[in-house]
Amino acid sequence: MATQTPDARRLLEQMMLVRAYEEAIIAGSQAGKVPGTCTSVGQEAAAVGVVNALAPEDLILTNHRSSGHLLARGADPGRMLAEVMGRSGGYCGGHSGSLHISVKELGVVLTSTIVGAELSLAPGVALSQKMLGRPGIVTCFFGDGAACEGSFHESINLAALWNLPVLYICENNHWQAFVHRREAMCRDHVSEWGASYGIPSRTVDGNDVAAVLAAAQEAAAQVRESGRPYLLETYTYRTRGHFEPDDQAYVDPAEREAWVARDPIKLCRERLIADGQLSAAQADGLIDKVATRIAAAQAFADASPFPSTDALTRFVYA
Amino acid sequence: MTTLTLLDAVGVALTEEMRRDQTVIAFGEGIATKRHDLVQEFGALRVRNTPLAEGIIAGTAVGAAGTGLRPVIDLLFAPFMCYAMDEIVNSAGKLRFMSGGQFSFPLVALAQTGAGWGVGAQHNHNVEAWFVHSPGLKVVMPSNPADAKGLLKAAIRDDNPVMFFMDIGLLYVPGEVPAGDVVVPLGKAAVAREGADVSLVSYGKTVLHCLQAAETLAGQGISAEVVDLRSLKPLDEDAILVSVSKTGRLVVVHEANKLCGVGAEIAALVAEQAFAALKAPIARLGGPDAPVASSYPLEQAFVPQADAIAAAAVRLCGRQRA
Repeated sequence: MATQTPDARRLLEQMMLVRAYEEAIIAGSQAGKVPGTCTSVGQEAAAVGVVNALAPEDLILTNHRSSGHLLARGADPGRMLAEVMGRSGGYCGGHSGSLHISVKELGVVLTSTIVGAELSLAPGVALSQKMLGRPGIVTCFFGDGAACEGSFHESINLAALWNLPVLYICENNHWQAFVHRREAMCRDHVSEWGASYGIPSRTVDGNDVAAVLAAAQEAAAQVRESGRPYLLETYTYRTRGHFEPDDQAYVDPAEREAWVARDPIKLCRERLIADGQLSAAQADGLIDKVATRIAAAQAFADASPFPSTDALTRFVYA
Repeated sequence: MTTLTLLDAVGVALTEEMRRDQTVIAFGEGIATKRHDLVQEFGALRVRNTPLAEGIIAGTAVGAAGTGLRPVIDLLFAPFMCYAMDEIVNSAGKLRFMSGGQFSFPLVALAQTGAGWGVGAQHNHNVEAWFVHSPGLKVVMPSNPADAKGLLKAAIRDDNPVMFFMDIGLLYVPGEVPAGDVVVPLGKAAVAREGADVSLVSYGKTVLHCLQAAETLAGQGISAEVVDLRSLKPLDEDAILVSVSKTGRLVVVHEANKLCGVGAEIAALVAEQAFAALKAPIARLGGPDAPVASSYPLEQAFVPQADAIAAAAVRLCGRQRA
């Protein structure tokens, strides 16, 4: 089933929410109140554009840089923040922390922080969808780092071989932990590898939310129609460090500045104002709105108690 | 009762479970080739060959298990599991806990190992203790076809990931297998022979070596009890403690490397919980800290044999060898 194209202002608001959420985590981390985490600052359009192209019955596998995927899917920032802070009110009761939040009720399943594991698990999830006759496709978010793992190649080979409905989304953010992708990858674009598996693939400007949305809608439609995999690369940039705190002394400032100048939220806001879809005051109003939500989320997380120690061995075995 | 080999008993269990439950599927390295009867009965979608890529086989099983299917995967030889460690240990074993109980992973991973074929150390390596040490996983290793059938049924029905090790030396050994839906519960040991003087605790093919040793010992007036663990996790601690409390002597035997093997855990369990019952020190017999050689005499020498087990029991009973 196709999804309705969301209102452009809604995409902007979601990106602002992701940014505000991660900024709250960064501030909390700097204040010693929240554990340091991996953020996706600068990559908001890549996440929000793709998730808004999905249908409610679709499933998502994600990784340690998942704030955008979760929030765009409708996750409660309060329960996410509580999870990051190790509180019982978190989505996983404090067993996950920031790195592996799953929310089954939203279709965000089996999140792993082992780079490449999401790729390894995705064909099996798609096999369940297919064999149990469930309609949704499976979207798997991974980075350029994971694309250099063997699991990327094993996963796509199997999904293509078995005709599994997997939408592979490579968020090429230029950084594999502390290593620039140029040092680790023999090509500039992960999408180039799709052709060798005989699956459709393309690269889209990952900082342009409208372009990401359109490309993801087209890709998702193809996966739905063909029942076969598609590889979409969202070309973007991780503007903060691998995790918080990280002084980013290893980053070329000129490269980073060039990408910051193309900040996805700034681009979207400017375009909507230029198109007359939004006034500057309305844009500022959205910032205030998400700030209010994040403040409430922070209050919820702060009030949520730590788990009792009997949770130490809970949920190990079914 | 019918007479089946262990390998055939596994096939029967798989067939019966696939008939019983539509969500049970089987895939792996050559499973559709070797078990063509399954393909014929259940179709090519439920029984599939895969690439020789253990990581994606296991990962696909984890993904499928977490979202509604009950996969049984054949990884062929236990050392190949090294390619699947992340999927088994980090995903299958941990994601239930890490998600706060949102998911469960009802899957079975089949792998064979042990002396018998001279296949060398990269096909024969008894790695079962690795998985006992990893939370969230269950581990079984049957010593006979009847248990293989009953344990596989239990493993497929269990909502946790189960590592199912098949002893190469037992694959083609026939045995009596009860017909029909006889399930051997996970975590329950069996007393393979009752005795009063010494407990021989083992699993896999060395259970048979213990039974041979018990026969020899009987001729020397020593009554040996043989406990077949069948499951390594959950470990049937009660069965071990009951037996040792009765006999007062313990010989733990396995083919796997003795160092940090399952036998060490059993020895520690008895030392902690049944020390007062012990009339002699605990003896452990296991393979050496070495890769297994391919050469037949070396491969056999790796495995605790009946004479060594009997000698250990005699020693514990304070008698000279007859």
